[in-house]
Amino acid sequence: MRLEIEKRVDDLPWWAPAALSVGAVVLAFVVGGIIFKLIGGEPIRVFGFFIRNTFGSWPAFSDTLVKATPLIFTGLACTVAFKMKMWNIGAEGQLFMGAWFASFVVLFPLVSPETSRWIVIPLMMIFGMVGGGIYGFIPGWLKARYNVNEIITTLMLNYVAFEWVNYWIFDQWSDAGFQMSPTFAKNAWLPRLTDYARQFRAFSGITLHLGVIIALIAVVIVWWLLSKSQWGFEVKLIGDNPDAARYSGVHIKRNIILVLMVSGALAGLAGMIEVTGVVHRLQQQISPGYGFTGIIVAWLAKLNPVAVILVSILFGALIIASREIQPAGISQMLQGLILFFIISSEVFTRYKVKLVRNSAAVVGAD
Amino acid sequence: MEEKEALAVEMRNITIKFPGVLANDNVNLTLKKGEIHALLGENGAGKSTLMNCLAGINRPNAGEIWVDGQLQSFSSPKDAIKSGIGMVHQHFMLVPTQTVTENILLGLDNVGFFMNMRKYEQEIRELADQYSLHVDPEAYIWQLSVGEQQRVEILKMLYRGANILIMDEPTAVLAPQEIEGLMDTLRAMTERGKSIIFISHKLNEVKSIADRVTVLRKGKLTAEGLPMDDMDRKKLAELMVGRTVLFTVFKEENEPGDVVLDVQGVSALNKRGVPALRELSLQVRAGEILGIAGVSGNGQSELAEVITGLRECTGSITVNGEQMANAHPLKAIERGVAHIPEDRNKVGSSPNLSITENTIIKDYKEDPIGEGWQINFLKAAERASGLKDKYDILAPNVETMARKLSGGNLQKVILAREITTQPKLMIAVQPTRGLDIGAIESIQNLLLEQRKNGTAILLISEELDELVSLSDRLSVIHEGKIMGTIEDVENANIEEIGLMMTGEKVS
Ligand SMILES: Nc1ncnc2c1ncn2[C@@H]1O[C@H](COP(=O)(O)OP(=O)(O)OP(=O)(O)O)[C@@H](O)[C@H]1O
Ligand SMILES: [Mg+2]
Repeated sequence: MRLEIEKRVDDLPWWAPAALSVGAVVLAFVVGGIIFKLIGGEPIRVFGFFIRNTFGSWPAFSDTLVKATPLIFTGLACTVAFKMKMWNIGAEGQLFMGAWFASFVVLFPLVSPETSRWIVIPLMMIFGMVGGGIYGFIPGWLKARYNVNEIITTLMLNYVAFEWVNYWIFDQWSDAGFQMSPTFAKNAWLPRLTDYARQFRAFSGITLHLGVIIALIAVVIVWWLLSKSQWGFEVKLIGDNPDAARYSGVHIKRNIILVLMVSGALAGLAGMIEVTGVVHRLQQQISPGYGFTGIIVAWLAKLNPVAVILVSILFGALIIASREIQPAGISQMLQGLILFFIISSEVFTRYKVKLVRNSAAVVGAD
Repeated sequence: MEEKEALAVEMRNITIKFPGVLANDNVNLTLKKGEIHALLGENGAGKSTLMNCLAGINRPNAGEIWVDGQLQSFSSPKDAIKSGIGMVHQHFMLVPTQTVTENILLGLDNVGFFMNMRKYEQEIRELADQYSLHVDPEAYIWQLSVGEQQRVEILKMLYRGANILIMDEPTAVLAPQEIEGLMDTLRAMTERGKSIIFISHKLNEVKSIADRVTVLRKGKLTAEGLPMDDMDRKKLAELMVGRTVLFTVFKEENEPGDVVLDVQGVSALNKRGVPALRELSLQVRAGEILGIAGVSGNGQSELAEVITGLRECTGSITVNGEQMANAHPLKAIERGVAHIPEDRNKVGSSPNLSITENTIIKDYKEDPIGEGWQINFLKAAERASGLKDKYDILAPNVETMARKLSGGNLQKVILAREITTQPKLMIAVQPTRGLDIGAIESIQNLLLEQRKNGTAILLISEELDELVSLSDRLSVIHEGKIMGTIEDVENANIEEIGLMMTGEKVS
C-alpha cells in the first residue's frame, strides 16, 4: 500500500476553501496543544483561559474586536492589491503615514479643541486616507513609470515611515520629551461604548469604539468594488492576464497606481482608527505589526472581503492571547502553526491524495 | 496475444468525466507500431482529453491503457514517458528565458548539479539531425518562431526516449512550408519504428499522412481505427459532424464603399527590436475583405497590432479619417475596430475568468452591461448564454472558466465577442485556427455576413484556400512590405502568389 499524489482536474466544491482554512486552524490548536503538553504545560487549561479572555465575556470580546479592527483594514488593503497581483507589503508603513496625517489635523493644529467632533473625526479620516494613499502612490508611480518592483519599494518605504513618525514624536510633537505626542483633545476621540456607561450600566469598561462600524462599512464597500464595480473587473482582469487587459483597452499603468493608492488609503485608515480610537496620541506603539499581519489575513481569507472579518477576529484574539498568556511565545507559536497548516492545505486544493493498494485498486480520499 | 505484440498502445473503454461534461464515453483506440494514426473530431469532442490521459496528465474514470502489451496506470507525465509516451501539446510548455538545451534537460532526473552543457548540446544536435528537426541548441526560446518551438517540444520528447508521440494539432500554428518539414520528420520517425497519434482539423493533410483514423463525436466513437485508404474528405467530415459538410461559402457580389482603413508608410519593430514593418501601405473599404497572405513572421502580427494600438509605429493609420497610430488600444475599440488576435490564450482571453466575463472584457462599460459604475452581471450572463447557443460553444454553462474550454471553443468565445460588436473594421488574424470544419464553415459565412453589412475586413491568414475563397482583394506581405495586390482573386495564379510570398516581385 502506498500514498499517491496526483494533480486535480476537477474543481473543489465551493465550501472547500473555507473548510480547509477552518481545518488548518483547528489542527494548529491541536498540534500546539500537544507541543505544549510535551514541554510540561496544561493545554486544556491554557486554551480555556485563552477562550475566556478573548470570547468569554462582553468586555473580553470587545477587546478582541478592538484588535481585529485595524486588521480588517490592513487585510482589506492587501486584498485589493493582491487581487491585481500587486504585492503590497507596505501596509505597515501606509498605516503609520495614515496615523501621522490624521494626527497632523489636531497637532499642527488645523482645528481647535472646541471644534465639533463631527467635523474633526471625518477630517481626520480623510487625512488618514490621503496619507496612506500618497504612500501607496509612490510605489505605484515607480512601478508604472519605471517598472520598479513594488515588493521592494513598499517594503523599504515601511522603514521610511517609521523614521518619519519618529522624527515628529521625538522632536516636533514630543510631549515633554517623551517619545510620543501629547494626548489628543476629546473631540479627536472616536466614540466608545464606555463613554455611554452613565446611560447604560452594561457598557462600563467596554472599549469598543466606532472604528468597528467604519471597518464593517469598509468591508461592504470593498466587496462591492471587487465583485460588482467596473473598476473591480479591471483589477481582476489585470491580475489574471495583463496582456488581455491591455488588448481590451484597460489602462494598466493608471490602475497600478490607483490600486496601490486605494490599498494605501485603507491601511492609512487603520492608522487613523488606532490613534483616534485606542491610544489617542501619536506614538510608535500604535501597531504591533498590523500591516504585516494584514498580508496573512488577506491570504487566509482567500482575498474574500467578508472572510477578512472572521480571520481578523481570530488574529485579534491571538494578539490578545499573547498579552494575557505568559510566555507570549505561545500565541506566536499558534500563529506560526496556523500559517504552516494553511500553506500545507494548499496542496489539497491542487492535488488529490489517494491510497493505492498493491495493484490498481484505488481508494479515493480527497 | 500475438496480435497484441504488434500494438504500441491499446486504450480500452476509456471514460473521462468532468463536472457537467462526459468528455470521453467508452472510447477505444489502438495504435500499431510504426503507424501514424489520426484522431479526429469536432471542437470539444474530447480529443485532447483522451490524449492527456494517455500522456499521464489526467486519469480516466474507467477503462484500461495497455502499452506494449502491458497494463499501465499512469499517475503523472513522468510515468507515461517511462513507458515511452510523449506528448506535444496544443499550447507549448517551454520556459522562454532558457535555452533550447536547458528546456530539453529540464525535469530530467539524471542530469547532475554540474552540467557539461557542451556534451548535451552535441547530443541534441545529433538527435535533431537524425530527424531533420533544425534548431540551434544554444538559442533562447523567446528568440524562436512558433515552428521552431514546436521542434524543441518534439526533441524534448525524443530525448526522453519517446517511442510513441502524441501531436495535438501540431499544424494549426505552422506555415505551409513548415508543415511540409513536420511531415518529413514524422515519416522519418515512423521509419525508425516510432508510432504517432496525430490530431488535426485539416482533413487534406490528415488524409495524406495518416495510415488509420479514429473519430470522436461528443465524446463517443464514430470510427475506430479505420484504414485511411477507404476514406475521403467528405466521409471524414460526415463521421465528425454527423451531417454533410458542403465545403463552400457563398460570396455574393458586393460593391465596396468608402475607405475605412488607410495605412500609409507604416514602419514598426517587432518584440525583439528588429524591423517588422517597412513603409507598409494598404487600404480597406467598407464591405470589402482584403486578404493578407504571407509566410508567418513577415510582419502580419505586427500589422494587426499597430492598427489596434498594441504596438508603436511611425507613419499614418486612419480609421474613417481619424488618426489611430500610437493611440491607446481603447481608442480603436471605441471607434469600432474589432480584433481577433493571433494568440487566443495569451492575448484574446483571460484563463481564470468565466465565459461570461470573457465576453464583456471590451464593453463592460457600455450599455447594457455597464450601469453607472457597476456591471450588470445578470444581463452579461444572459447575453453570453445567447452567444453560447448561437456560436455553438461547448461548455457546461457560461460560468465555466476559459481555461477549461477546448482550444476551438475558446476561439469561438473570442469570435463571438468580436463579431457581436458590429464593428466598422475587423482585424481578423487566423480567425479559423483550431476550428473544426463545421465551425470554419459557419465562421466564414459570418465574416461574409459582416462584409455584406458594410464592415471593412482585414483578413490575415496562412490558409491560402481561405484567403482565396473569402477575399475581394489579396495582398501578399513579405518582410514587412506589400509585394503586390491581386484584384481578381477568383482567377488568381497560385504560383504567382507563392513567388511573391518568398519575396519575388511579380509585375
Ligand atoms: N479541466 C477541465 N475541466 C472541465 N471541463 C473540461 C476540462 N478540460 C476539458 N474539458 C471539457 O471536455 C470537453 C472535451 O475537451 P477537449 O479539450 O478534449 O476537446 P478537443 O476535442 O481537444 O477540442 P478542440 O478541437 O477544440 O481542441 C470539452 O467540453 C471541454 O470543455
Ligand atoms: Mg484540443
